[in-house]
Amino acid sequence: MLQETAFTNVEAEKKTVTGADLLIEALKKEKVEVIFGYPGGAVLPIYDKIYDCGILHVLPRHEQGGIHAAEGYARISGNAGVVIATSGPGATNVVTGLADAMMDSLPLVVFTGQVATGVIGTDAFQEADILGITTPITKHNCQVRNIEDIPRIIKEAFHIATTGRPGPVLIDFPKDIAAGLVEQPAEAEIDLPGYQPTIEPNYLQIRKLTEAVSGAKKPVILAGAGILFSKGSELLLEYAEQQNIPVVHTLLGLGGFPADHPLFMGLGGMHGCYTANMALSECDLLVNIGARFDDRLTGNLKHFAPKATVAHIDIDPAEIGKNVPTAIPVVGDAKVALSMLVKQNGKPPENSEWIQTLNEWKKENPYWYEDSNSPLKPQRVTEMLYEKTNGEGIVVTDVGQHQMWAAQYYPFKNPDRFVTSGGLGTMGFGLPAAIGAQIADPSATVVAILGDAGFQMSTQELAVIRELNLPIKIAIFNNRSLGMVRQWQQIFYEERYSHSLIPSQPSFVKLADAYGIKAYEITSESEAEKVLAEVMNDNEPVLLDFRVAENENVYPMIAPGKGLHEMVGVKK
Amino acid sequence: MKRIITLTVLNRPGVLNRITNLFSKRNYNIESISVGETEQEGVSRITCVVNVDNDRIIEQITKQLNKQIDVLKVADISDQAVVARELALIKVQSTPQNRNEIYSLIEPFRASVIDVGKDSLIIQITGESEKIEAFIELIKPYGIKELARTGTTAFPRSSQRSTQKTNYSIV
Repeated sequence: MLQETAFTNVEAEKKTVTGADLLIEALKKEKVEVIFGYPGGAVLPIYDKIYDCGILHVLPRHEQGGIHAAEGYARISGNAGVVIATSGPGATNVVTGLADAMMDSLPLVVFTGQVATGVIGTDAFQEADILGITTPITKHNCQVRNIEDIPRIIKEAFHIATTGRPGPVLIDFPKDIAAGLVEQPAEAEIDLPGYQPTIEPNYLQIRKLTEAVSGAKKPVILAGAGILFSKGSELLLEYAEQQNIPVVHTLLGLGGFPADHPLFMGLGGMHGCYTANMALSECDLLVNIGARFDDRLTGNLKHFAPKATVAHIDIDPAEIGKNVPTAIPVVGDAKVALSMLVKQNGKPPENSEWIQTLNEWKKENPYWYEDSNSPLKPQRVTEMLYEKTNGEGIVVTDVGQHQMWAAQYYPFKNPDRFVTSGGLGTMGFGLPAAIGAQIADPSATVVAILGDAGFQMSTQELAVIRELNLPIKIAIFNNRSLGMVRQWQQIFYEERYSHSLIPSQPSFVKLADAYGIKAYEITSESEAEKVLAEVMNDNEPVLLDFRVAENENVYPMIAPGKGLHEMVGVKK
Repeated sequence: MKRIITLTVLNRPGVLNRITNLFSKRNYNIESISVGETEQEGVSRITCVVNVDNDRIIEQITKQLNKQIDVLKVADISDQAVVARELALIKVQSTPQNRNEIYSLIEPFRASVIDVGKDSLIIQITGESEKIEAFIELIKPYGIKELARTGTTAFPRSSQRSTQKTNYSIV
């Protein structure tokens, strides 16, 4: 008997760590600064370790807010955003965020709790098949089956999320795995024989591209978010200047090329500017760097860049040729490709006529709106926000009209200053994403430009802003409607405003007050001037309820099914 | 047009779900799929037969499959010399009177009878899909009670004749 007890003690001594310990240890090894998480039954063993782990933990007021905050954090910091949610409803609440991050290639590592391994498959309390649910909307996902595997799985998850084309990775953590004891496992090694992203492009393809550029008369670069993910902005500038090629940005690429540069032709796509869209339509060589030819950018593919030879640099080979037939495919990292192109130092194209045409277009067709003191114009508000932040703030948006105005009237000078939900177009994204962005860059002025409807999809996160005293400037463009839906109904559905007008709204000022956040209702330009001068440099959160013109539309626009050259509303 | 794609994958939980999920996510149609272990421990081979309209779609399918972390290798082997086989089990109605007649159909197809009942036979046939289709057509008039097919599994032949070969890889 005595002997047996002694033996048990030895065993207990050897088995010194739990699965949750290994999780925390792995997060520390990955230098995780912040966890966005929400506790619950299945993650209790993990939360017991988080209690005194020393990593900043942010408690959103809804798991969806947590994952959007992690997206904002990832977009600004370049690190993987870390999320923890409990099993069942906790896990299903992060689904939208996963789909959003998958579309916009944001690196996330999401841990979901799961019921204990013994009851998986029995419809246990708070059980959901989160692997099955998230397989199509994650870059990778897996469930931990052995405690010893935890260090390796987490190391692999961070590697997969942040390398190649970034994306979300989900790890499902059964409760007994988190609570179980093991001996400290050996140092983990990554074992991913099926995952080797191509970083360095094929030299011959780079040569081919250089030759095509030299021979082009009307070349244009379309730069997407790949420029930002690869940290290739400086090289893009160097290359564009070396070859004298004009640059058009996608929505998610904004900031990759300085907007005040003479070679910058603006935002392309559905609500892009005339010059950018005409440049794409008229060019004879289109060099796509890190963009995926999304339908909001290309318009009707039949009319897209009809005269152009298309070259496409992308780290994801599946994007090349997916939507647009590509003559010069270049698989690799945008920054590495650009450095090779710069080194080639090919003969610049003879394109002075082209540049001249573009500059004329640019001069003749700027964005326009009818200014008025009252009703307040949302475009003017965006310009004022630009002025008050010297164009150096971080702008986080929700989805809809205000998002397009932000993209049009806040010309970004620097990379990684714009956080928006592009591919999935997720309403409710803006407010929580601003939280993540501010945590990633505490010294930046973060402006959350939101619509009144999107704001109401995640108002609860005001509590987090107050709690952490994040000095976010929340600018609500309040037109008492789902502006973009209303705009489409006006133009394409004979003004039948089906459920897009919101006549009954709470007082956002009182709501902010309830959360302890200073707030102002602003109805005129002069008032806006006064309030912004007062609050923009405060180290305090503030909510600004801009009562903007309710019938304002976003122009120019390209109707569905039309080509880029068929813009409407280019001029007054 | 029909294309045969073979994949080698890590035999991890959910890997088949990952593959079929991708087909439905991208709106591709699988005609048949067969899975089994390979000579290497922990590695499985999946053979998919897909019906696509053009080359661009098949290029997309292979690229998207390649992106899966658990997928080791993807190849579209349709344009190569391949050995492709499928197995079918067919339970067909038969009386002592027509049994011999059925046997005489089976022989040229090198099929075999693997079970005989009072009023039915179970026939096993292997070969390329077309051969199996032809045999099924032939045997149909006798009354097929049940039919089970495995789907195609395939290999490229060891020696390839030099024919025109489309290369989709852009890497």
